[in-house]
Amino acid sequence: MAAYTLKVRRFQPESGDGPYWETFDVELDPTLSVLDGLLQAKDRDDGSLAVRCSCRAAICGSCGVKINGQSALACKTQIGEAKEIANRRDGGSEPIVVEPMGNMPVIKDLVTDMESTHWTKIRRVTPWLLPEGDPPEREYIVPPESMIDITQSMACIQCGACVSSCLSMEADPDFIGPAALAKAYRFVGDPRDAETEERLHDLANDPHGIYDCTHCFSCIDACPKGVAPMDQIMRLRRKATAGYEIDDHNNGMRHEHAFVKIIESKGTLDESLLLQESFAPGLKGKLAPRPGAIKGLIESIPTAIRGLRSGKMRSLPKLIPGIHPKLPGDAQDNVRRIYAHAEDHSVELNLYIRGEEAEEDAPVPEAEAVPAAAIEPEPDEGGG
Amino acid sequence: MPDHDVLVIGAGLAGQRAALAAAEDDVSVGIISKVHPVRSHSNAAQGGINAALNPDDSWESHAFDTIKGSDYLADQDAVEIMTQEAPKELLHLEHLGVTFHRNEKGELGTRAFGGASAARTYYVADITGQAIMHVLYEQLMKYSDEVARYEEYFTTGLAIDDGGACVGAVCRNVKDGSMELFGAKSVILATGGNGQVWQPTTNALICTGDGISMAYRAGAVLMDMEMIQYHPTTLAGKGFLITEGARGEGAHLLNAKGERFMERYAPNKMELASRDVVSRAEQTEINEGRGFPDGTVALDITVVPRKRIHEALREIVLVGQDFAGVDITKEPIHIKPGNHYTMGGVKTDVWGRTNVEGLYAAGEVACVSVHGGNRLGANSLLDTLIFGRRSGEDAAERAKGREPARPSQSVLDDEQARIGEILGREKGSGRRVSEVRKELGETMDKHVAVFRDEAGINTALETVKRLQEEARSCYIDDRGSVFNQDALGALELGYMLDNAEATCVAALHRTESRGAQYRTDFPERNDEEWLKHIDLSHKDDAPEISYSDVTMTQWEPQERTY
Ligand SMILES: Cc1cc2nc3c(=O)[nH]c(=O)nc-3n(C[C@H](O)[C@H](O)[C@H](O)COP(=O)(O)OP(=O)(O)OC[C@H]3O[C@@H](n4cnc5c(N)ncnc54)[C@H](O)[C@@H]3O)c2cc1C
Ligand code: SF4
Ligand code: SF4
Ligand code: FES
Repeated sequence: MAAYTLKVRRFQPESGDGPYWETFDVELDPTLSVLDGLLQAKDRDDGSLAVRCSCRAAICGSCGVKINGQSALACKTQIGEAKEIANRRDGGSEPIVVEPMGNMPVIKDLVTDMESTHWTKIRRVTPWLLPEGDPPEREYIVPPESMIDITQSMACIQCGACVSSCLSMEADPDFIGPAALAKAYRFVGDPRDAETEERLHDLANDPHGIYDCTHCFSCIDACPKGVAPMDQIMRLRRKATAGYEIDDHNNGMRHEHAFVKIIESKGTLDESLLLQESFAPGLKGKLAPRPGAIKGLIESIPTAIRGLRSGKMRSLPKLIPGIHPKLPGDAQDNVRRIYAHAEDHSVELNLYIRGEEAEEDAPVPEAEAVPAAAIEPEPDEGGG
Repeated sequence: MPDHDVLVIGAGLAGQRAALAAAEDDVSVGIISKVHPVRSHSNAAQGGINAALNPDDSWESHAFDTIKGSDYLADQDAVEIMTQEAPKELLHLEHLGVTFHRNEKGELGTRAFGGASAARTYYVADITGQAIMHVLYEQLMKYSDEVARYEEYFTTGLAIDDGGACVGAVCRNVKDGSMELFGAKSVILATGGNGQVWQPTTNALICTGDGISMAYRAGAVLMDMEMIQYHPTTLAGKGFLITEGARGEGAHLLNAKGERFMERYAPNKMELASRDVVSRAEQTEINEGRGFPDGTVALDITVVPRKRIHEALREIVLVGQDFAGVDITKEPIHIKPGNHYTMGGVKTDVWGRTNVEGLYAAGEVACVSVHGGNRLGANSLLDTLIFGRRSGEDAAERAKGREPARPSQSVLDDEQARIGEILGREKGSGRRVSEVRKELGETMDKHVAVFRDEAGINTALETVKRLQEEARSCYIDDRGSVFNQDALGALELGYMLDNAEATCVAALHRTESRGAQYRTDFPERNDEEWLKHIDLSHKDDAPEISYSDVTMTQWEPQERTY
């Protein structure tokens, strides 16, 4: 048992007053959740405190809120950890701050209107299977990996945490958004669906579609189920460009190709080359950049700076060509070999297919047994 | 007044399936749920769904396992229908888009589950219920014109006409507090189980037995209410479930001495014996001092290959990590039996019809009965879908050509007055709803659980009666209209107390041990006297007892060993 203070942003629509803060003192085991804390406050102090909840186990997707500014499920956030984060942030014994999710209107206290935002966007992506003709007598025969692959987006519980945290959505409320696009991938990646190309055209041509995502990683951080919506968006983009040659208005794919190309050739990510490679790839690009490339490059500078600040791009020296730090030993060679191996094995790793397990079941080329320590210094560089 | 041919109350698997089936019949359908449909508790089902689809399996084998699992209390005609129709239903789900696990050939693949003689459980990683429910919801979005959705509408009571037929329901729109009378030619209850009557439970906070209570008060008969399943593997304290899929994948149960104790209780099936058997074995180990000091035994999943754990049991990895701080791929996790499932419920025939004209029930709220004294794992999703669909079909058929329902305005007035009275209670006039709810849950878990006896059940029943009295004056803080969860909580408490009372009365009455009902004072099964259902109906504000026969087709009761 430990004592915690929850500082809750409240809003009682019938009072005529605006939102206000109220603190609640609760007592519970540190391993219990912020939701348990809220429910204790509700049970003991004020039954009018509104918060959606049901399963208590991160399954139903009801309890999306912001905790210390981070979008999360209240039932999946341990109160002890939330307290530590609150302390770290404010450097003292600060309360745990709980607010309703962002990018959605608030109905009451922690309850938001998900219908007008989240669900409307979900319906925007034609969220049902469109198979061709009548179904077969038995099941559709499909590659087992394809089902495992889309199970990652099926794991979505529609909690809205990603929507709440999405930076693009903040700038463009019409952006289809991470949850709906992850849902879209569930059909695009499903071999039983017959409208893959139409779906991709639709999502690519919509100015608020797949190219409206700025790659900010927020949704990946926020998602309690490992759906990694941004990854699903990137897959949609890849399918659109590579699979159907749909034009990429936003340069996202080029960025990704550049990323892969650099790592492939250098065995590590040299951020200094990244912007240049994305906008004006190769020698040809340097001599005759495609229209808009220079503008795009300049526009990216703020992102790069933000990346630096948030720690996504680790250090300034990395931006200066030539002095990019080397990985220890022959790790860089190994990374290159991993890329070559991965190219030959087109199934992407996801939640349900774990890379680490490869060692046990299918021996992989020795070169891939990179000591974990060798690549750890740059853990988030593989995320692009 | 919203008016539909078929009104479905509840939007879990049973309700959504019923609504879609009715809509296929070209009638107007409305579906109501007190939470957004995808928040329904069906998404908690991790393990899978049973169907004898493989050529080397048979519905007879599935039926026999189900009947044996039920300790011969299931109605065999209903079990036959469920197991015969299972393969078709499963394929239908696959065709709608459920991402079922495949074998190397790309066909549907299976896993083993408790009490089953063949591996016939189909699954989506360990999010089977969620995957199916989200796919059905996709279909509801697709058929928006055919099925009107009332999301976050709380049904407070059923509308019964002078002839005793059900003609609609009264609902409170949770978002703005307005009360509405819904008219319907057929009403299908699909409100799920009552796990919250017990604390702790694997069930969600919304599983408060609303439909069971509303139907009972509307004149419907309840059946098998003493049959409450305790699941063998739940986390101590919080009640979270570790899916049976874990044991299906080969996990072991160990006592504190490290013994694989199931050897002594079910030497053939070991960990995969029926749930009642495994739960009793664990509780015996714990009671006789061979458990851990925290009143648990251990589930050892580390014997399952890691790759398989990540592919098929990821959700449990997360539950272990987030809610118990244990990495299940590396160490055993402490578990105990915990409240899980309501085998009993509103008595129906094989088309979901109750004894009240126009009222149907399907899913966990209903008792057809296909589970009898003990439900097999992965049979409940099947039950919700098969009988959800059948109810939807029959309710639509019944509605066709019938005059629109005319529920009386007075039902609405009564319900409004009831809530008004709760809102008007003076602060401090009684106990808090949360206190009463907690006392109820703890009492039931103590006395009406894995092992029961007369004295214990009597204590529980007396407590329930006192709490019913106290609930009448419980006060709430929230007087508002918008999202007044406080008021709804007070209503739910009333429903839960009805459920508890029914369970105590039936458990006290059945003086034998069968399935989930284990009476230490009557430890034997007694087919002579008790191979029958206990039926309860609402009379003078208490359950009145009667009996009905168990339907037998081809399976004679045998001794049950695993
Ligand atoms: C943790 C867990 C794991 C499980 N795993 C499995 C498994 O692997 N395989 C299996 O076969 N079974 C499993 N089960 C059992 C199975 O999930 C349930 O029995 C089944 O999903 C019940 O479905 P349902 O449609 O009847 O009810 P629910 O899904 O509970 O839906 C009830 C619906 O009724 C609505 N409702 C309730 N009261 C009201 C009201 N007053 N007004 C309006 N709406 C109302 C709710 O909002 C909800 O939409 C599991 C159960 C649990 C708890
Ligand atoms: S990565 Fe894209 S979708 Fe995800 S939060 Fe950022 S902008 Fe939104
Ligand atoms: S993608 Fe993740 S965060 Fe977004 S709605 Fe789904 S589960 Fe929630
Ligand atoms: S309560 Fe269900 S996700 Fe938190």
